[in-house]
Amino acid sequence: MAADALIISACTLVNALGRGAQACFDALEQSRGGLRPCDFGDADIDTWIGRVDGLEDEPVVAGLSSFDCRNNQLAQLALGQDTFAERVAEVRGRYGAARVGVFVGTSTSGVLQTELAYRHRDPVSGALPADFSYFGTQNAMSPAEFTRQFLSLEGPVMSVSTACSSSAKVFASAYRHIKAGLCDAAVVGGVDSLCFSTLYGFNSLGLVSDRPCRPWDAERSGMNIGEGAGFAVLEKRVGDAPGVALLGYGESSDAYHMSSPHPEGAGAAAAMASALTMAGLTADAVGYINLHGTGTRANDASEDRAVMQVFGSGTACTATKGWTGHTLGAAGVTEILFALGSIERDFIPGTMNSEHLDPALSADVLLQNRSAPVSCVLSNSFGFGGSNCSLLLGAVS
Amino acid sequence: MNFFHVDALGLAGPGMASWQDSIAVLAGKGTYRSGDCPRCTSTLLPANERRRVPASARMALQVAEEAMARSTLDIDSVCSVFATCHGDAEIIDKICVALAEPERSVSPTQFHNSVHNAAAGYWAIAAHSPMPSTTVSAYHASFVAGLMEAVAQLRVEARPVLLVAYDYPAPEPLAASVGAYLPFAVAMVLTPDATPQSTRLALETVSHQPVEGMHCGELERLRVSNPAASGLPLLRVLATGASGRVLLPHVNGLQLAVNVEME
Repeated sequence: MAADALIISACTLVNALGRGAQACFDALEQSRGGLRPCDFGDADIDTWIGRVDGLEDEPVVAGLSSFDCRNNQLAQLALGQDTFAERVAEVRGRYGAARVGVFVGTSTSGVLQTELAYRHRDPVSGALPADFSYFGTQNAMSPAEFTRQFLSLEGPVMSVSTACSSSAKVFASAYRHIKAGLCDAAVVGGVDSLCFSTLYGFNSLGLVSDRPCRPWDAERSGMNIGEGAGFAVLEKRVGDAPGVALLGYGESSDAYHMSSPHPEGAGAAAAMASALTMAGLTADAVGYINLHGTGTRANDASEDRAVMQVFGSGTACTATKGWTGHTLGAAGVTEILFALGSIERDFIPGTMNSEHLDPALSADVLLQNRSAPVSCVLSNSFGFGGSNCSLLLGAVS
Repeated sequence: MNFFHVDALGLAGPGMASWQDSIAVLAGKGTYRSGDCPRCTSTLLPANERRRVPASARMALQVAEEAMARSTLDIDSVCSVFATCHGDAEIIDKICVALAEPERSVSPTQFHNSVHNAAAGYWAIAAHSPMPSTTVSAYHASFVAGLMEAVAQLRVEARPVLLVAYDYPAPEPLAASVGAYLPFAVAMVLTPDATPQSTRLALETVSHQPVEGMHCGELERLRVSNPAASGLPLLRVLATGASGRVLLPHVNGLQLAVNVEME
């Protein structure tokens, strides 16, 4: 498998932990979490959030002003870190702009702009303000097209919008497009930013916690919403150069309920098993699992059963949403890049905030950071609509 | 070249109740009268879910069910790719109206229906299908992006894929920004290998070549206004039953060239 695996040759991240992938890995290694009591706009919800400071002061570049909104500001901030844009320029030079695809996951795109526009409807006609730019902001394609134009790429472009699995599934889509010869390399990523729809929506479902979220904890009481952006370059490996590769992916549908996970975790287990099968690996090859781990009672219980079915209790697990909040459509890329940092730096991040593991759950969840060589990580992302995706990342040498 | 096969289709649009019902007008053999869009429904969803499914997803499910009913494949054996530019603007409108009120009481059902993959989620429930599903979006090229994703998937993973493209109109005040168009949805069962009833197609990317629209004015208006209808030229060739080549615009000058190869 590793012979024709695609490698991640560049990456970047921005979330509540910091600006840039290296800054985020530093925060993980030094146990600095990113959650704070909710201070987003005039939201009046008793919860904690993972907000990115100073986003409001970073308007998108002049040539792309029709895309200006919090979500694309976050995308742009990420594209400007870790010399990512420069690395993409090299990739563009190598393959040609038309041979580099763009695959971006998002759940709510720039819907905050629409929410704010509805507050300023014309009192007589009900019309939205004249400067409202639907296609540049709320439309699901907005972050993908913004990214494509920002990076001057001309290959196949699409957004993938499958709720909280969106930016895990972009890796699978990009892999398929490259293998089918529709492009030679791809920029993959995910962007989701704080907005009122998700804060009030998840609150209406009784899923947000009034405390920092505590995945797998006996007292866990829900999730925290965060925002984040992450991007990576996926391309063919040159010769047998060492690197970190996408070894496999697995996707499935719950076919059970729109917003509740399958109680036995059937779909989640199928996704994890498919990723292993594609990579030609068995469970014991996986150093640890980055759980979807939102901290809601039902999600963690369902995922725990799925992990037991595929891995048993012998594989270390961590859940990183206590560090960043649940960045929704950006969670997949955020967590697979945490896995990449883990492989590069030989450590496994612990499950921040969680103190007393739920005795009803069986997975071997790490509470504290652990120093250990890591060569292979499985990362889970599950979303509304029963959309499941597991990614398998590993060192190749 | 990526080769693939079309095993079955489903369709719903203004004046077009099904794929069978649309073949003559798409092939230019009958007079097309736009008119009303059929009332769409899912016959496979359990009643409790059917009550909650939003209008856009109802349309997607109807064409998916029609295509699978005509298909030689089992309904729970195909992967799915859903393509929609606008998702469900009626739901976004209701949530934004609620958020502009002092109480900000968002309905939990509307919230879970607001995800772009709502139709895909309901489809999995309706079809009892654990198979992978994705939902893509690419402005007016959403059908093209969906077709590319579906073909890449069936080529690389060697299994059949159900492609469903749909876009349902937005209400005011969003419609002023989204644009006005009539509802349209199409489903195609695509396979890597021939089936007893399939047509062979081939696909490649090209760029900056002249694109041909629909000859009928009303169908052309539908093609340029509703992103799900941007594949109408391909459907026209399939309806004629003859070989042909169509160019479908993607984004920024890129195009998808699709050859239909009748025996």
